[in-house]
Amino acid sequence: MRLSKSWVIAAKDFKTFSKKKNIIYSIAAVPFIVAVLIPLVIDFAGQRNGAAGIPEARLVVLLPSFLFFYLILAAYLPTPIASYTIVGEKVEKSLEPLLATPTTDSEILLGKGISAFLPPLGGVFGGAVVFMILMDLVSHGTLGYYYFPNWNTGIVLLLMVPLAVAMSVGANVIISSRVTDVRTGQQLGAFMVAPFAGIYVGGELNIVSLGDTSNLLIISGILLLADLLLLYVARATFRREEILTKWK
Amino acid sequence: MIETENLTRKFGDLTAVDGVTLRIEEGEVFGFLGPNGAGKTTTVRMLCCLISKTSGTASIGGYEVGNGPDSLKIRKLIGFVPDSVGLYDELSAYDNLDFYGKLYDCTEAQRKENIERFLKLLGLWEKKDVAAGTFSKGMKQKLAVARSLIHDPKVLFMDEPTANLDPESAKTVRDFILDLKKEKRTIFLNTHNLDEAQRICDRIGILNTKLMAIGTPAELEGSTRGRKTVVQLEQVNDAILAALKKLPLGNMTVDGNKLTIDVTNPEKENATIVDAITRAGGRIQSVTVVGSSLEDAYLKLVREEK
Ligand SMILES: Nc1ncnc2c1ncn2[C@@H]1O[C@H](COP(=O)(O)OP(=O)(O)OP(=O)(O)O)[C@@H](O)[C@H]1O
Ligand SMILES: [Mg+2]
Repeated sequence: MRLSKSWVIAAKDFKTFSKKKNIIYSIAAVPFIVAVLIPLVIDFAGQRNGAAGIPEARLVVLLPSFLFFYLILAAYLPTPIASYTIVGEKVEKSLEPLLATPTTDSEILLGKGISAFLPPLGGVFGGAVVFMILMDLVSHGTLGYYYFPNWNTGIVLLLMVPLAVAMSVGANVIISSRVTDVRTGQQLGAFMVAPFAGIYVGGELNIVSLGDTSNLLIISGILLLADLLLLYVARATFRREEILTKWK
Repeated sequence: MIETENLTRKFGDLTAVDGVTLRIEEGEVFGFLGPNGAGKTTTVRMLCCLISKTSGTASIGGYEVGNGPDSLKIRKLIGFVPDSVGLYDELSAYDNLDFYGKLYDCTEAQRKENIERFLKLLGLWEKKDVAAGTFSKGMKQKLAVARSLIHDPKVLFMDEPTANLDPESAKTVRDFILDLKKEKRTIFLNTHNLDEAQRICDRIGILNTKLMAIGTPAELEGSTRGRKTVVQLEQVNDAILAALKKLPLGNMTVDGNKLTIDVTNPEKENATIVDAITRAGGRIQSVTVVGSSLEDAYLKLVREEK
C-alpha cells in the first residue's frame, strides 16, 4: 500500500471541491452557524433571566451537551462528500479508468476515505473552536472561570469526533456501492446521525451522563469497534470486480 | 504482445466470452468487431485486469492476467480508453491528464511534456485550462484518448473510441491511431464500425461470444463470396450480353440498362468486364461494387451463430 497514491487521489478530490463551492459551504457553514448561534441563544436567554443569568448549575450541564452537536455534525458531514466523490464517480463512470491505473483497491479506497475524512474533521474542529471561545465569553460572567477547554472536551473532539467521522465514511462507502444517484446516497447517509443524536438525547434525558469521563471513554470504545467493523465491510465492498460488475 | 488461450468469462449462467484464443504481435493494430453484447467490453476488461476471468489464460507483455502481482505491472504497461469517457468534469483538461500522470508515477517533467504533446496532437491545447465538463462529446473522447497515453504505454486498449463522434472527429481519432501505430504501439480496438476496422486494422477478429474469425481484412473478405458489380450502361444490347456471357463470371441479371454481376474478386474482374463491354461497343456510365465485402463476411459470421 503506497500512501502517495492515496494522497494523489485525495488531492484530486480536494481540487474538485475547490471548484464545487456548495461542497465547501456545506462543510464549513453548518459548524460555524452552530458555533455562533448557540452562544447567542444562551446569552439572550441569560439576559432575559435578569441579572442572575442562567444559573450556574444549569449551565455546567448545558455546556458539555452542546458539544455533542459537533459529534452529530461529525457523523453527518462526510455524507455529502462521500456521495459526491464515490457515487458521483460511479455515475460519471470515472471509476473505471481510475481502476485501470496501477493503483490497488486499498489505495483508491484510502484516497477516497481521506477526501471524505479530512474536510469534515476540519469543519468540526474549526466550528468547535469558535464555539468554545464564544461560549467561554458568554458564560464567564456566571461561572467566573472559562469552562472550555477541559478534559471531556478533549475526549469528545479529539477521540469521538474522528471516530464518528471515520464511521460515517465507512458507512457511506457501503451505501455508495448500493445506490445509483447522489441524492439517495445523501439521504441514506444522513441516517448516520441517528446513533449520535441518540447519545445526545440520552444525555438530555439523564439516561447517560455525558459529563462523566468514563462514559465518554466507553462510548469511544464502542465507536472504535463499530468503525473497525464498518471499515472492514467497506473494504470488502470496494473491490474492482464488484465495482465494475455488481455496483449498479 | 497480447496472448489469450481459451479466455472465458461467465456472469452467472450467461457466458459473455467463450474460449477466445488469439495472439497479437507488437506494433499491430487489432480490431475487435462484434454486435452489441458480443463480449468485446468484457474481453477488454479482463485483459486490463479490471475483472477476473472465469477460465483460460491471458498474458500481456509476458505478464500473466489474473495473477495478483502481475496485474499492477500489466496496468502500468497498458493504456485504456473505456467506452464511456469518465473524465472529471470540474477539472481542467490539463488537470485531468496530470492526475493520471501522477497515478502512473510519471515525473513532473514527463507529465508536462506528454500532456503538451498529446493535447497539441489532438487539437485540445488551446483548451487545456478549460473544465472538461464544458467539452463537446468529441473533445471529451479525444481527451480520454490523451489520458490513456499519458504514461507512454506500449499497449493501448480502446473501447469504441469513435462511437458517437462526428465524421471529422472520428477521422482525427483514426488518424491519430495510425500515428500511434507508427510509434510501434500495440493497439486493441473494439469497434462496431466495419469501415473503420478495415481502414486502420492490420488484423480483425470477429467476436460473437465466441471468436468467429480472425485474419487480415483481405483474408476475411476472401472468405466470403457474393460481391456484386453493378454496371450502368447507356444502352444494353445483345452483343454486350453475349460478350459478357463468354467471360468466366458469376450470375448476371439485367434490369433495364443496369447489369448486376456476381463477382469474387472485383479488383481483377471489373477490368475484364469493362474491357469486354467497351469492345462490344457499349458505353459505360458507371461501375460500382455493391456492399463492403467485410460487411458481408461479418454479417455472415454473426448470423451463422444465431
Ligand atoms: N456485470 C455484468 N453482469 C451480468 N452480465 C453482464 C455484465 N457485464 C456484461 N454482461 C453481459 O455480457 C455480455 C457481453 O457484454 P459486453 O458489454 O462485453 O458486450 P459488448 O460486445 O461490449 O457490447 P457493446 O457493443 O454493446 O458494447 C452481454 O450479454 C452482457 O449483458
Ligand atoms: Mg462494449
